[in-house]
Amino acid sequence: MERMVEILKKKFGDCIGKSSDAIPRQLHIQITKDVVVKISRFLVESLEMRFLFLFASDDRKESHCFHLRYVFSIHHLDQFIVLCAPVREEDVTFPSLTPFLPRANWQEREVQDLFGLVAQGHPDPRGLILHEDWPKDIYPFRKDFVQSGKIPRQKGEYIFEKVEGEGVFEIPVGPVHAGIIEPGHFRFSVAGESILKLEIRHFYTHKGTEKLGEGKNPNQLLCLAERISGDNSVSHAAAAAQALETLCGIQIPKRAQCLRVVLLELERIYNHMADIAGVVLDVAFGFGSAQLARSRERAMRLNERLTGSRLLRGMIVFGGVRNDLLDLDMKFLISEIREMKADFDEVIQILWNVSSFMDRVQSTGMIKKEIVETLGGTGPVARASGVDRDLRRDHPYAIYHELLFMVPVFTEGDVESRIKVKMQEVYESFKLIHEAIQGMPEGNTCVAEVATLKPMRSALGYVESPRGECFHWIATDQKGKIARWKIQSPSFSNWPLIEYAVLENIVPDFPVINKSMNLSYSGNDR
Amino acid sequence: MFRLLKKNIKVGRATVRYEPGISKAPEGFLGAPEIDPEKCTGCGLCVKACPTDALIIKDDKAQDKRTFFLSYGDCIFCGFCESACPYQAISFKGKFELAAKSKEDLTFFFPFNFNQCEKDPAFVGQDALPFKRNPDFSQNFSKSDFAEKLSLDEIGSKLKVKIKSLLGRSLHIREVDAGSCNGCEIEAVNLSNPIYDAERFGIHFVASPRHADLLLVTGPVTRQMELALVKTYAATADPKWVVACGSCAINGGIFQTSYAVVGGVDRSVPVDIYIPGCPPRPEAILYGIFLALGKIDSSNCGENQLEKSGVCKRI
Ligand code: SF4
Ligand code: SF4
Repeated sequence: MERMVEILKKKFGDCIGKSSDAIPRQLHIQITKDVVVKISRFLVESLEMRFLFLFASDDRKESHCFHLRYVFSIHHLDQFIVLCAPVREEDVTFPSLTPFLPRANWQEREVQDLFGLVAQGHPDPRGLILHEDWPKDIYPFRKDFVQSGKIPRQKGEYIFEKVEGEGVFEIPVGPVHAGIIEPGHFRFSVAGESILKLEIRHFYTHKGTEKLGEGKNPNQLLCLAERISGDNSVSHAAAAAQALETLCGIQIPKRAQCLRVVLLELERIYNHMADIAGVVLDVAFGFGSAQLARSRERAMRLNERLTGSRLLRGMIVFGGVRNDLLDLDMKFLISEIREMKADFDEVIQILWNVSSFMDRVQSTGMIKKEIVETLGGTGPVARASGVDRDLRRDHPYAIYHELLFMVPVFTEGDVESRIKVKMQEVYESFKLIHEAIQGMPEGNTCVAEVATLKPMRSALGYVESPRGECFHWIATDQKGKIARWKIQSPSFSNWPLIEYAVLENIVPDFPVINKSMNLSYSGNDR
Repeated sequence: MFRLLKKNIKVGRATVRYEPGISKAPEGFLGAPEIDPEKCTGCGLCVKACPTDALIIKDDKAQDKRTFFLSYGDCIFCGFCESACPYQAISFKGKFELAAKSKEDLTFFFPFNFNQCEKDPAFVGQDALPFKRNPDFSQNFSKSDFAEKLSLDEIGSKLKVKIKSLLGRSLHIREVDAGSCNGCEIEAVNLSNPIYDAERFGIHFVASPRHADLLLVTGPVTRQMELALVKTYAATADPKWVVACGSCAINGGIFQTSYAVVGGVDRSVPVDIYIPGCPPRPEAILYGIFLALGKIDSSNCGENQLEKSGVCKRI
């Protein structure tokens, strides 16, 4: 990696500042803000790195600056690169990456809304996170934001993009939907039955979670992390815990790593089962959805038996795993997994032979590979469109590097492929749990002495959640308190894809497409 | 087709019986924290560990008093208090039928003798405890932006009593997510799966608030969802019930102090029943709905073993 810094220095000269590789596999490089676009272009085009996300932090107290950080990855080297560009408080503008990297779109708008920095040259600078009734000069993520009483509501209007033409009309849906799902707004422009354009407007469930985490102690932060997106509780908590542990240089016991794998895979199983059940329900195939819902409930009862919580909450703690699994539970887990697999198998076999079901899912909701790559889609959605990426394999954490598993990839990009990816991942998860238990050594499940957080550090934690890549970045201040917590959830990366998935489909197929992607609103809005 | 039937027959009946007050949660389920006053010394370590306002201490040195408050309405059932207690005074026994008609019914207080507590080696003074809200309820729940407009709706409330007996056999529910983490949605969806099958009790989830008798509201009511919630409430025909489902919906749960959260459904619309849990398990939601309908007697709801033994009082 030193070579890499040298190359950059040679090419960009003084614009490259200090670099630090104090944290293994996470190289930090200081740069100046005016070369952000140039360097990003170089990293992506010449060095074939992948841009992951960007975010801001307010460090005006220490250095009179905000900082913008851009995270890239090189998967064949298992390496992350974090570019850090200061933005002085006198001049809060920064050059927008969006024209070059469209996936930065929402991320830059988020920085604008929450920190009041201005992305210059952004093609669509409308508000994103904070809706139109927020006062204009309130930036809740700035450190000097103090909430005294209620924030007043203001008149304002959000302007949707218009499609015009003969016979084109708009259908607004939400934020409160017909089924039991989370709130979000969809605006369809349709001609006849077919969808010409969809614009989504989310962030109704924005809860300021990142800000709430500031100043919390590690285990309280993990409690919050579990509540970013209920069905991905373990993934978010594990990613946050990893960030904290990396930041302190803690190595958690091997048994804890194995247990984390078991928990993460249990979570994948019940999520994927629910997703498939949801799609089957939306195409009105009662038998399939009832059977899958039953399997899913069985998985949740297993969770409950093992951890006391149906959503596997409260298990991941700073430094390891809270409760060990008893031998008895372990035996139960193994036998239960065997039976669940047989059961799941039977249902899937039947499902795949029902032509009325297959008709509805084949070639519905296509997402092209180029779109996924451009917009930075991740997880099963990306893998169903031929993007072969999985953090568990490319940037292994816990003990994934010791386990043998397959990453299913399909190329059609339709609802069927997404179901196929999820289905095969369920089988892989069964296998992974088995392997993790087999290789589980005796010992503690938590480090003996839990350290306090080190001051002025920052680190990245990451997990391949059931929905895709989930990153947490945590930084501490001079007193060793958590000063900034950034959550990059897979839903935030994947939501923009749905605007493309529905094109040229008919409106009644929207629920099926939506369900097949199964994105979290709360994880997205935070 | 044959295989399909075969599978159906093989699986048989999946639904589990649910009898309020009698059915037990499956083995392993944590449930709600219960404090054993015989063992508790009032040291305060659990209050320090608790990430929410579920455990609060008020000290009054002059009067030689220390008071503990345990509020199920704020509890996220994380279990930190259990591990923090050096005397094993806190235990989780899978209690889940916690729904109650008022927040006061969800709060218990335990009086201690301050000087006695201080002698305990594990004692934590109030200054070393994290900042928590004042346990005085009347102060804390100011109404928010839209609430005033709704007070007229309460005229319908008298009708409710009558309607209850008429509705006896069928109930239409509209679920409203006012900013939840989707944990509560998972359990609400599970109510219609073959295991919990709410339909057998005549409970249907409907698509429009206009068809609903009861709103099941989850989440800490974010600022951006408040208006939608109020509109949905207004669109629901009287008489109607509102059930706040999950600790977020009761007091804002773990998100209570956020700038983007209004906190507690009852700050925006009137609430009839509160269901603690994070998330409440499907049976706990059923219990709450039954309670709203008056299908079960509320006299034992939220009851605490301690109260029976006369050691602690409900506020
Ligand atoms: S379970 Fe958690 S939230 Fe509830 S009282 Fe104990 S520590 Fe507090
Ligand atoms: S009560 Fe718990 S599960 Fe329900 S919405 Fe709140 S955090 Fe999520």
